[in-house]
Amino acid sequence: MSRTGWVYAGLGALLLAAPALGVYPVFMMKVLCFALFACAFNLLIGFTGLLSFGHAAFLGSAGYAAGVAIKFWGFPTELGILFAVLVSGLLGWLVGSLAIRRQGIYFSMITLALAQMLFFFCLQAKFTGGEDGLQGIPRGTLLGLIDLSSDLTIYYVVLAIFFLGFGLIYRTIHSPFGQVLKAIRENEPRAISLGYEVDRYKLLAFVLSAALSGLAGATKVVVLGFATLSDAHWSMSGEVVLMALLGGLGTVLGPVVGAFIVVSLQTKLGDLGQALKSLTGIEWFSQIGESVTIVTGLIFMVCVLAFRKGVVGEIAAFFERKKTA
Amino acid sequence: MKTRSKLKFKMSAAAAVLTLAGFTSGALNAQSKISGDVVKIGVLTDMSGLYADLGGTGSVLAANMAVEDFAKDRMVLGKKIEIVSADHQNKADVASTKAREWYDRDGVDMITDLLNSSVGLAVAKVTAEKKKVSINTGAASTRLTNEECNPNSIHYTYDTYALANGTGKAVVKQGGKSWFFLTADYAFGHSLESDTANVVKANGGEVKGAVRHPLNAADFSSFLLQAQSSKAQIVGLANAGGDTINAIKAANEFGLTKTQALAGLLVFITDIHALGLPATQNMYVTEAWYWDLNEQTRAWSRRFFEKHKKMPTMIHAGTYSAVLQYLKATQAAGTDDAAAVIAQMKKTKMSDMFMQNGTLRDDGRVVHDMYLLQVKKQSESKAPWDYYHVRQKIDAAEAFQPLALSRCPAVKK
Amino acid sequence: MEIFGIPHQAFLGQLTLGLVSGSFYAILSLGLAVIFGLLNIINFCHGALYMMGAFSAFIGLSLLGVNYWVMLVVGPLVVGLIGAVIERTMLQRLYKLDHLYGLLLTFGITLLLEGIFRSVYGVSGQPYQAPEALNGALNLGFMMLPKYRAWVVVASLTVCLGTWYLIEKTRLGAYLRAGTENPAMVQAFGINVPLMVTFTYAFGAALAAFAGVLAAPIIQVSPLMGSNLIITVFAVVVIGGMGSILGSILTGLGLGVIEGLTRVFYPEASATVVFVIMAIVLVLRPAGLFGKEK
Repeated sequence: MSRTGWVYAGLGALLLAAPALGVYPVFMMKVLCFALFACAFNLLIGFTGLLSFGHAAFLGSAGYAAGVAIKFWGFPTELGILFAVLVSGLLGWLVGSLAIRRQGIYFSMITLALAQMLFFFCLQAKFTGGEDGLQGIPRGTLLGLIDLSSDLTIYYVVLAIFFLGFGLIYRTIHSPFGQVLKAIRENEPRAISLGYEVDRYKLLAFVLSAALSGLAGATKVVVLGFATLSDAHWSMSGEVVLMALLGGLGTVLGPVVGAFIVVSLQTKLGDLGQALKSLTGIEWFSQIGESVTIVTGLIFMVCVLAFRKGVVGEIAAFFERKKTA
Repeated sequence: MKTRSKLKFKMSAAAAVLTLAGFTSGALNAQSKISGDVVKIGVLTDMSGLYADLGGTGSVLAANMAVEDFAKDRMVLGKKIEIVSADHQNKADVASTKAREWYDRDGVDMITDLLNSSVGLAVAKVTAEKKKVSINTGAASTRLTNEECNPNSIHYTYDTYALANGTGKAVVKQGGKSWFFLTADYAFGHSLESDTANVVKANGGEVKGAVRHPLNAADFSSFLLQAQSSKAQIVGLANAGGDTINAIKAANEFGLTKTQALAGLLVFITDIHALGLPATQNMYVTEAWYWDLNEQTRAWSRRFFEKHKKMPTMIHAGTYSAVLQYLKATQAAGTDDAAAVIAQMKKTKMSDMFMQNGTLRDDGRVVHDMYLLQVKKQSESKAPWDYYHVRQKIDAAEAFQPLALSRCPAVKK
Repeated sequence: MEIFGIPHQAFLGQLTLGLVSGSFYAILSLGLAVIFGLLNIINFCHGALYMMGAFSAFIGLSLLGVNYWVMLVVGPLVVGLIGAVIERTMLQRLYKLDHLYGLLLTFGITLLLEGIFRSVYGVSGQPYQAPEALNGALNLGFMMLPKYRAWVVVASLTVCLGTWYLIEKTRLGAYLRAGTENPAMVQAFGINVPLMVTFTYAFGAALAAFAGVLAAPIIQVSPLMGSNLIITVFAVVVIGGMGSILGSILTGLGLGVIEGLTRVFYPEASATVVFVIMAIVLVLRPAGLFGKEK
């Protein structure tokens, strides 16, 4: 097996063993959902060169779709998730066909504006419960056989979904289709002159990315039992950019690492501040827990200015240098 | 923690007796009745987002004050009391993950504050699943004690019904018969509007209409023009936070306040502070608590102010009371078992500086007096934070949604 | 007389109010357009700069006792200076890279600035009174318009048209426009392009801050006031297209009026109408109303 092969195998094993190693399963499931979300996002930015600033729309709408299907229509869990994936894919097609009419930064702003529209829809629609959120969605059973109420059981289901989504993205990137996408990213006019229908490729990538984001959103909703507006808010679109950027744009594993860091930051920053305080005795550290946005903003700036390859990208570059040296 | 124990406070004689009594009974029967040998209370609040001024670090401070007022050595039944806190950033998924981890891993027995209804509802669900206790002192949604009620979750400070009821009834009685609503266009605004409209109509008033504005509308002028042309006596603001603030600001600018009166349906003292008295004078608001109610509230608020540099909101006071009453119930029940503590709270009349003879109902609602307040004129305000006239004490029996109307399945009819 | 079922007086009143909010859109989208034109950067922190403008007015009054009129000049200067620092220390490193890094950096700056102001001033914000001279209202016949709102329209139109004149009719503007088309050529003529870029960014930031000071007496001065507005302004920019300075001014005003009318006929949609128009424009004219197809 190649070195990267070993890395994948090692990470997979680590994920399989995580609950046994004492990692809290619910936390881990959240990380996995966001990791899938970030990977789906990275498919666009990293491999097609399209920066969507409205990806929260797909995460959020799929969450609501799954919630409605499972809670109100009584769909079994797996069908509920599937329905949500369809909804977000369809939405992706709508948004995508509008957005790919423009390039570069315009593209980003259009996705942002359309996502904002969807946010207002979710805020006002009756079935979403407004700011209360859609609460009390049952986890149900998988295929009518496996009861999902235990955290450990559902962890492995979520892990399977993650592997599935991740595998799909991996296959896409390494397929001829993925090669065309990369060609578009590197030089769009040349791709056009080679006779590729660039817009169709872009749209397909966009739909795929939206559907996978939806898969992540729906899974998260099933795990946590509710869908709320924060998933559809534009700050969530910013967060997923941060995950991909921090881990490494255009790397396969980067978004997974980025998601892990960002989610940990959100839930553990306060603990970290407390730990630093008791370690150093400096009272100021206890305030870190109150400054998530400031810390997030700083990380963003540092990443863009000094650390553009991201964690995984830098590591890969390090090995690359060693090889050539 | 060191600095906090330096806090000066006077323990009332009653509390001392209680502690003493608790100590003896605790020594008798409760050696192993405290799970994990520690009573852990989690304050899960918004420290960096929209509602940080209402709860936030102030709630953590209030919870710690409650522990110290309960027992100077921070012990109950011979076991240590510990306060942990976290910022949920207004995200229900951060809150619910944290709550699960607290319950499952860290042995937290009770979670309080829980500002913002999506957070409140999500954590209430987790609490029921894990058979612990959650006491919501921050959120407004009546869904907590209706459709989504559960035996482990308590709604403590206020809710939209109580606010609508208090302000609506009182204003109609004062002669404000015709109403127009400025409503934030989402679930919270709608329920605030419809609750108030019902009260207004039931008391002989009329509703002339309503305009729905989007969340975080920057410019309220055109909505206010519509309110103005309705010629209603009262313009009810069924919104919250920044929307209420900007609506009030624009109402002053357009001279609406000269001909019509505003009624804020969810206004906190921090909002008044942010707007200043000239913009808000004469406005009616309903709150569960105000720092200047009596000697006891003033003394407590002074202690709070020394540390926090801002006067407490009703959520801070509610959090203090919730922690204190929880600890008292734990002591009386001789265990921190959730069902036993809640049963104990249900059979006790709870009194402290936040409320007198408050009771916990079967739907999880804590029922206590509410206060109808009117904002002072600049000339009447003698000191910073001296903002309200207390116009009326709304009796506990009338303040909240009657139990008979509760849609909570646990309520036997 | 009635127009679309509402009395024409109310109709005219709402139209006027739409013009007021349109004035804000115009200044903000103008600033974005100027920056985008030369730097090719979508300045996400435009909202944060606007917020800082408003805070500068508040801080000036409460801490230093400086009145509104002084801060209307000083506020934009200070924020412009901060903008220059941001450009010199950070943005300048990104010009050789993909545009998206500029967007991401300014997004990070937004989070940082908002977070800092939030932790210092709280979320509920701070009150700010309109200056004495502009208290009271004007009787326009169909409505009582607060004098301050009338001033907002006058001030912002003056600044917008001044900017247009500066860019389209002066020598400095000519350099700017040339720099937009072909920076290397302009550099070859002996013009200090990097300095010009810094100046442009600072100018755009100052425009945002000017809007902020203007807004301070109307909207509560709060850390989040910018982020609530900026996304709508982005949509305005997309609709107008980045082609012309005059285009962004006209689009801003026009959309303010349309939004104002929506508040009367279908208030629930007033937050989304701009985005709906954006979608329609994109279908019919992908480059925006005033944009050139590249």
